[in-house]
Amino acid sequence: MDKLVSASEALSVIEDGMTVGIGGWGPRRKPMALVRELLRSEVKDLTVIAYGGADVGLLCAAGKVRRVIFAFVSLDFLPLEPAFRKARQAGAVDVMEIDEGMLLLGLRAGAWGCPYIPTRIGLGTDVLKNAPDIALVDSPYDDKEWVAMPALRPDVALLHVTRADRRGVCEIAGPDHYMDDLFARAAGHTVVSTEEMVDSTYFHDPTVARRVFWERNCTQAVVHLPGGAHPSSSDPLYGFDVPHFKRYNQLLSEDGYAAWVAEFLGDGEAAYQDNVGGLAGIQSLPLPVY
Amino acid sequence: MNFSLAELMVCAASRIFADEGEVLVTGIGLLPRLAASLAMRTSNPDIMMTDSQSFMLSKPNPVSGMANHEAQANENWMGFARIFDNVWSGHRHALVGPSQIDRYGQSNISALGRSYQAPKVQLLGVRGFPGNSISHANSFFVPAHSRRVFVEGECDVVCSIGYNPGRLPRGYRLADIDIRNVVTDLCVLDFLGPSHQMRVVSLHPGVSLDEVRDNTGFELAVAEGLSETAPPTEPQLLLLDELDPLDLRARQLKNNPPGNRTMEESAP
Repeated sequence: MDKLVSASEALSVIEDGMTVGIGGWGPRRKPMALVRELLRSEVKDLTVIAYGGADVGLLCAAGKVRRVIFAFVSLDFLPLEPAFRKARQAGAVDVMEIDEGMLLLGLRAGAWGCPYIPTRIGLGTDVLKNAPDIALVDSPYDDKEWVAMPALRPDVALLHVTRADRRGVCEIAGPDHYMDDLFARAAGHTVVSTEEMVDSTYFHDPTVARRVFWERNCTQAVVHLPGGAHPSSSDPLYGFDVPHFKRYNQLLSEDGYAAWVAEFLGDGEAAYQDNVGGLAGIQSLPLPVY
Repeated sequence: MNFSLAELMVCAASRIFADEGEVLVTGIGLLPRLAASLAMRTSNPDIMMTDSQSFMLSKPNPVSGMANHEAQANENWMGFARIFDNVWSGHRHALVGPSQIDRYGQSNISALGRSYQAPKVQLLGVRGFPGNSISHANSFFVPAHSRRVFVEGECDVVCSIGYNPGRLPRGYRLADIDIRNVVTDLCVLDFLGPSHQMRVVSLHPGVSLDEVRDNTGFELAVAEGLSETAPPTEPQLLLLDELDPLDLRARQLKNNPPGNRTMEESAP
């Protein structure tokens, strides 16, 4: 089965009002080129589930988002993502703010076909007060109350990987696959962007096969987008773009989304990459040191 | 001996972990991470620590001056999903910096203002605070002790559970919650006052109890043997140089004040 398609073909499955799960973590390995293609589309009223960074910020700033399910939205070295912050403070988006681990459990429940997973997380905090649709349940085994973290089931997941073949076998060569495997399993339809396309024989090496964290029947579309995580990192190929993020922060906190669009977005990924200094420049960004 | 307030706070915070045994210690922010690293190198070599990315280390990385992650002392892979497996086991002690903390030891890093739909100031989000607070020991690091942080009422957004009887979940006792210490630029506190009241344990050199009270929005208990926070030792300061060769710790507190105010006043 050949799943290789263009970004616009891959994203044509996304309709108004759908729930979109986005992989990566903060400024790390985000499917930003796919997000940019969404920004160029007419789609709206999305619910976004993410360990958020610029992906969540830009989609909110572009008015694509009705609701965000999140634990944080951060660029790490810039702790507060400017566009999400603006949208929140303006009351422009609804939110379901939950613990990082609750998000993991929700995706796992979605992936496993469970209605919920019981957990202690959230007890005693405003997470429960602010999310009345998260129920408390009794346990048949003790006298405590438990948080019933409901299943999260994105209609579509967007993920960015290091290498993939045309059948959707995906390698994440960086040090962490984050919750991408759970997004892929919980979603009804998974779109993967990849730095490199490889022949299926590439995966014969067992050390490479160990870096495949979900099976190809969890991936429905593959888009070849080298540099597609920019400005987030795509370890081990390139780091996140610190100067760009500083400019991004300035534009989105002071000048607004239209100014960012005018300076960077372009009518396609090639134009975007020209606006940020070219693919070779992206690929030479140093890896971050923590 | 000269030492900065940041160094005094780091050394005070590192003592929190001395008797913890084999737990995952997570210090969020440069000074808390230095405190955890110092403890791992001195009082408690059994501490487990990550590289803030995806590996557990058998020796802490320096917080400055590292060119890359290639030569670090990896122990095991520890991706973010796996962190939660360890967190939920309870074998962890986190040292984190809240934007607000209240009398119950509840904290806030999510947002300021009471509106959930449109907060006055959006901060980070609750991150892992709810899960951390109900799963394992937690301590707090406050670089600027003030009534803005030590709020009069409850935190605007209660991100972590504390010793609040009104919020105690069914089937839980207050003793099931484990909020340990708060280290600030004025003092060290714990929650061993009557009914888990926040309590001043030691004052930094030159700080008065009144100053602590003036900068706290609620009543504090005072430890019977209220003492002065112990100054850093020479070996500790040498280790801090090794763990932070670029002296980034000097840039964490405004104007990098000295650790002993009385020495500042008597200086020529």
